[in-house]
Amino acid sequence: MNTLSFIRARHLLIAAALAFIALFLVLPLVSVFVAALQKGLAAYGAALIDPDALSAIRLTLLVAAIAVPLNIVFGVLAAWSIAKFDFPGKSLLVTFIDLPFSVSPVVAGLIYVLMFGAQGWFGPWLQEHDVQIIFAVPGIVLATIFVTFPFVARELIPLMSEQGRDDEEAALSLGASGFQTFLRVTLPNIRWGLLYGVLLCNARAMGEFGAVSVVSGHLRGITNTMPLHVEILYNEYNFVAAFAVASLLALLALVTLVLKSIVEWRFGYHHGSAKH
Amino acid sequence: MITLQGITKRYGHYAALDNVSLEVRDGEFLALLGPSGSGKTTLLRIIAGLAFPDEGSVQFNGEDVTHLKVADRKVGFVFQHYALFKHMTVADNVGFGLSVRKRGQRPAKAQIKARADELLDLVQLGGLGERYPAQLSGGQRQRVALARALAVEPQLLLLDEPFGALDAKVRKTLRRWLRDLHKRMGLTSIFVTHDQEEALELADRVVVMDHGVIEQIGTPEQVYMEPATPFVSDFVGETNRLPGGVHVRPHDLEIIGGTCEPDGHELIVDNIFRKGGVWRVEGIFSDNSVVELDVDASLKPPSPGDSIRVRPRRSKTFTSTGAKSHEQA
Repeated sequence: MNTLSFIRARHLLIAAALAFIALFLVLPLVSVFVAALQKGLAAYGAALIDPDALSAIRLTLLVAAIAVPLNIVFGVLAAWSIAKFDFPGKSLLVTFIDLPFSVSPVVAGLIYVLMFGAQGWFGPWLQEHDVQIIFAVPGIVLATIFVTFPFVARELIPLMSEQGRDDEEAALSLGASGFQTFLRVTLPNIRWGLLYGVLLCNARAMGEFGAVSVVSGHLRGITNTMPLHVEILYNEYNFVAAFAVASLLALLALVTLVLKSIVEWRFGYHHGSAKH
Repeated sequence: MITLQGITKRYGHYAALDNVSLEVRDGEFLALLGPSGSGKTTLLRIIAGLAFPDEGSVQFNGEDVTHLKVADRKVGFVFQHYALFKHMTVADNVGFGLSVRKRGQRPAKAQIKARADELLDLVQLGGLGERYPAQLSGGQRQRVALARALAVEPQLLLLDEPFGALDAKVRKTLRRWLRDLHKRMGLTSIFVTHDQEEALELADRVVVMDHGVIEQIGTPEQVYMEPATPFVSDFVGETNRLPGGVHVRPHDLEIIGGTCEPDGHELIVDNIFRKGGVWRVEGIFSDNSVVELDVDASLKPPSPGDSIRVRPRRSKTFTSTGAKSHEQA
C-alpha cells in the first residue's frame, strides 16, 4: 500500500470511529440533558428538589458510602492475598471474584431474595427478630456490594502481581511491622490503581439498576435509589423529571471519566500496567 | 558466627535445598555460587529469615534463630533489583529502617536525616538525597539499596546477585568498592552469584552449589585449582573434558612438537582468536568434541586446518572412586 492511500485509510478509520462514538455515545448523552431542560430550568430544578427525588439521591449516596469503602477493604485484601501469596484454592478465589461480572444483576438480586426474603432460608428467623433486609436499605446495600465487588480487586490483582514481593520484603527486613509495611510501602505502590478501581466501583454502585430493582420493592421515598426513581418517573410519562434525575447520573459518569483521565495522564497510570 | 545445620527446603516434591550444612565465620566475605536452580538464593533467604526451612536449624552466634522473623534478625538484605521505594526520596529510603522503629527507640527526624546523609556520603552519593530512585542510574540505585540496608547497623549483610542487573564496567568498579566497604566496616557478608569470576575475585571463601547441595567449600584458589567434583571443575573456570574423566584447563594444555609423545592428543585447529594476553585456539578432537587451549601471544599461533598435538601440563581425573591430580614435571 502506498503512503497516500495508507493515510487516507487511516483518516477514514478515525472518522468512522468518531462518527460511531458520536452517534451511539455522545448524542444520547446530550439528548438526556436536552430532554431534562425541555421545559426550562425551573422545571428541571423542581424535579430535583421534589422530596421523593431528594430521598432517592440521599439513598444512593448512602448506599455508595457503605458499599464502596467495604469493597475497598475486601478488594485490597483479596488482591493482596492472591497477588502476594500462594495457597490452595487460589484460582477458585479468582473465579469467584469474577462471578459478579459474569452473572446477570437480576440473578444477583434474586439470590438475596432467596436468602433473606419472607420465603427465603433466613426469612422466618429474620421476621421473628424483626429484621428487614429485602425491600429495605440493607438489601439494597448487599446487592450493590455484590455487583461492585470485582472492580477494586480486578484492578489491583495484576498490578500487585507485577510489583512482586520485593518491596514488602525489603521493608520487613528493615524492621517494619506488617501494618507499617502496608501503610508506607504497599499502599503508595498501588494508590493510582486503587483510585482507578474506586472510581469505577463508585460509578457502578450509584448507577446499579437490575440487582437493586429486585431487592428494593420500589417504595417511593424509602427504598428508591436514583436509577429506580428515574424508571418510575419515566413509566408515569413524567419525562422532564425522569430526565432531570437521569442527568445527575449522566453527570456522575462525566465526572468519573474526567477524574479517570486525570489519574491516567497526570500520574501516568495506565490500566493494567504498573509503570509510573 | 553463623551455623546452618541440615537445612532442607522442599517445594512440593522438589527439594530446593537438601540437607545443607555450613559455617560462616565472623568478618568473612562468603560467596554462594551456582547456576540458577542450585538453591543458592533460597539458602540466602533462609539465612535472612525471608524463607523458612522444612528441616534443620539456623544459629547466629550459638543462638537458634530458625523461626525468628527477618525483622528480628538484624540482617541487612540487598535485593537483586534493589527494591527501592519509588515514592520516597533517596534520603527517605535510606532512613526508612530508622523511621519505622518503635516510638521509644526512634531517633528524631533531624537525626534520621543526618544519619541518611552520612550513609549516602559513605556510598559516595552525598548530595543526591532529595532525588527519587527513578532519577538514578543502576549503579547508584544499588548503592542506595546498600546504604539503606546498612542504616539499621546489621551484623550480617546479605546480597542477592548484587551486580546482576548492571553493565560490565559499573559491575567491576562496584565490586572493588564493595570489597573495600566490607573490610572497612568489619561486616560479615554473604552474597549470591552465578558469575564464577565475581565469586573468585571478591570472596574469602566460595560455596559452590548445584541441585540443592553444596559441591565444595573452599578459598577461590582451592575451588579453582583443586575442584572436588566434576561439576565444580566445569562450573568454576573453563574446562576441557578429555576421555577417561580427565579435566584440563585451557591454560594447562601445551602444544608439543613430536608425534611420538605417548600422552599427546591430536587436534585439528578450527578457530583462533585473541583473548587478552593469549591466543585462544579451538580444536576439534577425534570424538568431534571441541577442545580449547591458550597459546602465549608472543608465539606464532597455528592456522585453522593445522593438525597439532597437545599435552596436559596439569590435569584432574574424576573417576567413580574419586578425584586425582596429575602434574607434568
